[in-house]
Amino acid sequence: MTKTMTGAKMVVQALIDQGVDTVFGYPGGAVLPIYDEIFQQNSIKHVLVRHEQGAVHAAEGYARSTGKPGVALVTSGPGATNAVTGLTDALMDSIPIIVLTGQVPTFMIGSDAFQECDTVGITRPCTKHNWLVKETDKLSAIMHEAFHIATSGRPGPVVIDIPKDVQFATGKYTEARQVETHYNPQVKGDMEMITELAEAMEKAKRPVFYTGGGVINSGPAASQLLRELVAETGFPITSTLMGLGCYPASGENWLGMLGMHGLYEANMAMHDCDLMINIGARFDDRITGRLDAFSPGSTKAHIDIDASSINKVIKVDIPILGDVAHVLEDLLNVWKSRGRKTNKEAVQKWWHQINEWRKIDCLKYTQKGKVIKPQYALSRLQELTKNHDRYICTEVGQHQMWAAQYLDFEDPNRWMTSGGLGTMGYGFPASIGVQMGNPDALVINVAGEASWLMNMQELGTAMQYKLPVKQFILNNERLGMVRQWQELLHGERYSSSWSESLPDFVKLAEAFGAKGILCSDPDDLDDAIMEMLNHDGPVLFDCLVEKHENCFPMIPSGKPHNEMLLGEGADTANAIKSDGAVMV
Amino acid sequence: MSPLKIKKGATSHSAYDLRPTFSDKEERHTLAVLVENEPGVLSRVIGLFAGRGYNIDSLTVAEVDHLGHRSRITIVTTGTPQTIVQIKAQLGRFVDVHKVNDLTVEGPSVERELALFKVHGTGEHRIEAIRLADIFRANVVDSTLESFVFEITGTSEKIDAFAELMQPLGLKEIARTGVAALSRGSVA
Repeated sequence: MTKTMTGAKMVVQALIDQGVDTVFGYPGGAVLPIYDEIFQQNSIKHVLVRHEQGAVHAAEGYARSTGKPGVALVTSGPGATNAVTGLTDALMDSIPIIVLTGQVPTFMIGSDAFQECDTVGITRPCTKHNWLVKETDKLSAIMHEAFHIATSGRPGPVVIDIPKDVQFATGKYTEARQVETHYNPQVKGDMEMITELAEAMEKAKRPVFYTGGGVINSGPAASQLLRELVAETGFPITSTLMGLGCYPASGENWLGMLGMHGLYEANMAMHDCDLMINIGARFDDRITGRLDAFSPGSTKAHIDIDASSINKVIKVDIPILGDVAHVLEDLLNVWKSRGRKTNKEAVQKWWHQINEWRKIDCLKYTQKGKVIKPQYALSRLQELTKNHDRYICTEVGQHQMWAAQYLDFEDPNRWMTSGGLGTMGYGFPASIGVQMGNPDALVINVAGEASWLMNMQELGTAMQYKLPVKQFILNNERLGMVRQWQELLHGERYSSSWSESLPDFVKLAEAFGAKGILCSDPDDLDDAIMEMLNHDGPVLFDCLVEKHENCFPMIPSGKPHNEMLLGEGADTANAIKSDGAVMV
Repeated sequence: MSPLKIKKGATSHSAYDLRPTFSDKEERHTLAVLVENEPGVLSRVIGLFAGRGYNIDSLTVAEVDHLGHRSRITIVTTGTPQTIVQIKAQLGRFVDVHKVNDLTVEGPSVERELALFKVHGTGEHRIEAIRLADIFRANVVDSTLESFVFEITGTSEKIDAFAELMQPLGLKEIARTGVAALSRGSVA
């Protein structure tokens, strides 16, 4: 039996059929019929954000923390254009979200109508796929296909642009099981290649697992299989910013994060290894440093679901196209059936070398005097929250790197940060999405004061829905990472990199009815953090930190992994040469 | 304000140009891309080339299967082997793309282009033009007392050669379709 209903009703029905429980959105003229339908049902909770960018980041936070696709609903014109940053962010970090945009009625498209914009044109390069729905009969099938496309293969954002007359008109509702699609990315890896990788692993003298966000995106089973593989082989493992949590930080084979601000031992292992096993990472420029000096002597294997990520910047010797969990399952089977052989003696020597590198203690810092070091603030936050099931979001900049370095992640889906696009203003709305998806969890957004201000309006959302998100702001009154780069390569000319006219964050919190905490003394820090944790409601924690602290270790741009700048006492003069300075 | 002088053949450079290429040698490849005949597909394909800085030497698109709702885009592009592999992988990612074939590497293929030439002239020039058209097996599809429109089919090189010969004979205007290509043999 086919059901007929209005387009607006179809939208809500399709969301319910797809198991959606939360939609982040902001109403406007072109989505009024959909909002009318939302008003008349109780299955889906709508979260009214304060800016459409917030809706998309919240949907991202929801998706990354729950493993389910996030949904945002915005109006035409400015609603859609405000969503563009979030869409690009989700595309770069492969986050499955469905963004529904209202559009002017079909008969007005192209007439420069009020709040009209070419949404599918604008969002084409920043979505995995998008649709302009011109017939109500096709709407529900497109909705179902959108969920399929957003979540399968390499996940990503999709946009469905729905003209207002299509929302009003009545049409046939198609059930998800009736929808045919040809989009079916390959998930199983090539067995010959997998066997070749197993052979390489048996012979490897200096192996390293280089893991990334693909492990997280492949689902919890992938992280489980990865842990088993690491335990089976005894090989060291490092991860990109995006992959933190896929292997526990407390695990004995863990080297810490790699890359531009990664750990010394992780980067040295990458540089000196003879077998690099890339699992769901993409040789991003933050990871590789100077390409022609990137891990010069290694055989490189790469497991990725996206063919365009393989051999894009780094030549790979053993490419395996497939889903991480599927490939790891096959790899483990092959590995076990061949007798679990490793070159034990050589690998032991490799570990000996790694332990020598570890002695450098690259995250060392000294907390002295009456000013809080940002590293100290995060170390205390780690210590006081480690027994919670804790979800961490971040904004973008120094605090983000320090959070990655000093907080420990034991499980996947607990770390939400804008990796690829580097979107300041991501963390606060993302934390709202995380809290909506995980109502009882402790959700903390580690922020810088400048980033946080970029989407501070969402404090209204947090208050309205009583979301106890903790905003842990490391306030150095600087755009810290910009300032650091200006110090290192622009002759200490600090052009526009300080935060003037900052608000009083405690008063700001109170103006919204939230709790504000100011902490400037290291001796008060523990008590202040406990006060934040014990408060049942949103908290704005203004942590005044050392203003000129630099984020180390650091691979200066244009340098290879084995030329890192280390923290205390690092010689930063002339660290970056002119050819490196052009890189971002 | 004076406009900047752009050097002939200059391309923009970014930090990412510092990356090593696997081989610097540029190759010309003909790609056949079978796509869903949906609005926006062509824009997506062209946007990919523009956004990622790939070259389009020639582009042809038309519906090839009305019932199956399929269009075929034929793209001639140049790039290093690594870039060509990237282009194919990037095209293959699109939801609306069914198949990407690299006719240059997947065995022998035939390539044809159709062009229309408007040639203006009288006397000896006119006679020479029609003589050359005959040699090139071009057809006259329009004629006045001072002009011809020739229709010519062939490889891009043949059309280039014809254009060069017509230049001194009063060539006024050219319209070219771009390359259409198919693999040789029975296998589709």
